[in-house]
Amino acid sequence: MIEIKDLHKSYKMGSNSLHVLKGINFTAEAGELVAIMGSSGSGKSTLLNILGMLDEADSGDYTLDGVPIKNLNETKAAKYRNKFLGFIFQSFNLINYKSAMENVALPLYYQKIPRKERQERAMKYLEQVGLKEWAHHLPSELSGGQKQRVAIARAMAAEPKVLLADEPTGALDSTTSYEVMDLIQKINDQGNTILVVTHEDDIAHMCKRIIHLKDGVIEKDEKVTQVRASQYV
Amino acid sequence: MFDIERWQEIFDTIRKNKLRTFLTGLSVASGIFILVILLGFGQGMQNGISEEFKGDAVTSIWVWPGRTTIEYKGLNPGRRVQLRNENYQTVQAMFDGDYEKASILYFPSNVKVVYNNDLLVYDVVGTNGDLQRIENEFLSAGRYINEIDVQENAKVAVISNKIKREVFGHLDTPIGEYISISGAGFKIVGVFGEYGEEEGEEERIFIPISTAQLAFSGSDKISNLNFMLPEMESFEATVQKNNDFTARLLTYLKQAHVVAPEDDRAIYIWNPIQDAERFYQLMGGIKLFFWVIGFFTIVAGVVSVSNIMLIVVKERTREIGIRKALGAKPWSIIGMIMHEAIFVTAISGFAGLIFSMGLLEIVGPYVEVDYILNPSVNFNVAVSTVLLLMVAGSLAGFFPAWKAVKVQVIEALRDE
Repeated sequence: MIEIKDLHKSYKMGSNSLHVLKGINFTAEAGELVAIMGSSGSGKSTLLNILGMLDEADSGDYTLDGVPIKNLNETKAAKYRNKFLGFIFQSFNLINYKSAMENVALPLYYQKIPRKERQERAMKYLEQVGLKEWAHHLPSELSGGQKQRVAIARAMAAEPKVLLADEPTGALDSTTSYEVMDLIQKINDQGNTILVVTHEDDIAHMCKRIIHLKDGVIEKDEKVTQVRASQYV
Repeated sequence: MFDIERWQEIFDTIRKNKLRTFLTGLSVASGIFILVILLGFGQGMQNGISEEFKGDAVTSIWVWPGRTTIEYKGLNPGRRVQLRNENYQTVQAMFDGDYEKASILYFPSNVKVVYNNDLLVYDVVGTNGDLQRIENEFLSAGRYINEIDVQENAKVAVISNKIKREVFGHLDTPIGEYISISGAGFKIVGVFGEYGEEEGEEERIFIPISTAQLAFSGSDKISNLNFMLPEMESFEATVQKNNDFTARLLTYLKQAHVVAPEDDRAIYIWNPIQDAERFYQLMGGIKLFFWVIGFFTIVAGVVSVSNIMLIVVKERTREIGIRKALGAKPWSIIGMIMHEAIFVTAISGFAGLIFSMGLLEIVGPYVEVDYILNPSVNFNVAVSTVLLLMVAGSLAGFFPAWKAVKVQVIEALRDE
């Protein structure tokens, strides 16, 4: 599903150049649930941005579902993001003047799906994350866990190949975190490929594989026995 | 290109950001409102000034003799100049086609007008039919003096509305009545009126010029020579033609009456167009002034729209980032923001337009100050300003939107 070969990325900071990714190689198959761990400055966010086509690598190859991701212009990147990727952010990033349902329906708007169908599909995904009753509430009326579940529903709505979660539990308390991880695990059980960036060990162990990043290189890549989040909920 | 999904998205955004939309709209609407009112009053002044000049045809020229003040060719100053029929005939031959109308007047002196044994104190003026157009008089009843009257020395008279009121008020119509002018009976054939409040000019009884000269020892004397020139395609051309005509006419009359060319009291000329020209220049200046103020009002409107758009885009940077992450193409975001900007400026611009034009329509006709009459505005000009503001508003939306979509999604999402 995801193939990365010898990925390099550096940032210009004034006259200095900061080499963030120093040759990353890894492959993720369809249906995997991968945690990317590392301390701050290890390059995990940069890697996620590149995987999410929000940023471009300096060199190296990136293939997503057999499609080489290279030299994308903005329009093409937007199209690929919409088709291939679903994002889950630490700070939820819901549009505050749109109801939960409208937020979930937004990626479908950019797929030119008619309004009625958008709403139906949005409701379906809200139901999956258990927020059907909250469909017409604004994000400000929802708790943090609910917001993140709306964001997950939104990421799922476009039926992407890969879900990218950037510290999905970073802003949540541990009970809510486990609820969210439970949801992510269930989505993974349905066969979706998910990458989770986290620095929390317990969250990482709820995935099936952990990639440890340190100073821009993969330090360790291990398969782990998945801890089901449902036992904590 | 009608994209219903886009419209729904925009209406959603507008509905949920009412204050922002309202403020943008208000600045646009008030800009248009002020501009239209200003332009309306500019037009009102033009109407008012035109009205002031309605009394006499603006292209008319009035000539009457005075006394010479300069010794010339052996003739003493202080000599009285007398215009005569032959002058008029020569002018007719010389200037044929240069003028539209010409009238000659003779004011007989020491005449006594009597009706029903009452002495009437009105002026008697001998004239021909063209005077009606030159003085811009309207007919209330009957007819005016005509060519046949002049040819046949008819004893007919045309009186004014004022005389009709004051003397013939007890009759249904004065037409057919006879008045006695120095013993001769004149049949009233018409009633005329003057525009405006020039009642003084309604103190006159018109009789045919030939009859006046014949009956009241005028022989071939002319008291007053009037012309009306055609209007040219532009005001400047009319003024130019008027000045040429006046100069040639004066040259001829001074030669014919042996008057020094520099003597300007021997023959008087009154030329309303020169007064009008001064007024029109003044008015042009005032209109320009209004336009300048209006222009800067629009500039202020554009600036405030730009300002608001800038803030709107800044405020929405995060939203733009989210939309981009969800797969919005750059142009769809720019399009959305501009679409909203154009929609809001258009609606509020036209609202301001309709409100201000409605105000002018309703209040305008009641405005009756001197020199301001029925302020109104050219619809095309008003619509063009709205379109201008729309273009400016959308440009104002475009640049911040362009900048916003160029921001990296990650940075946009960090924007708190």
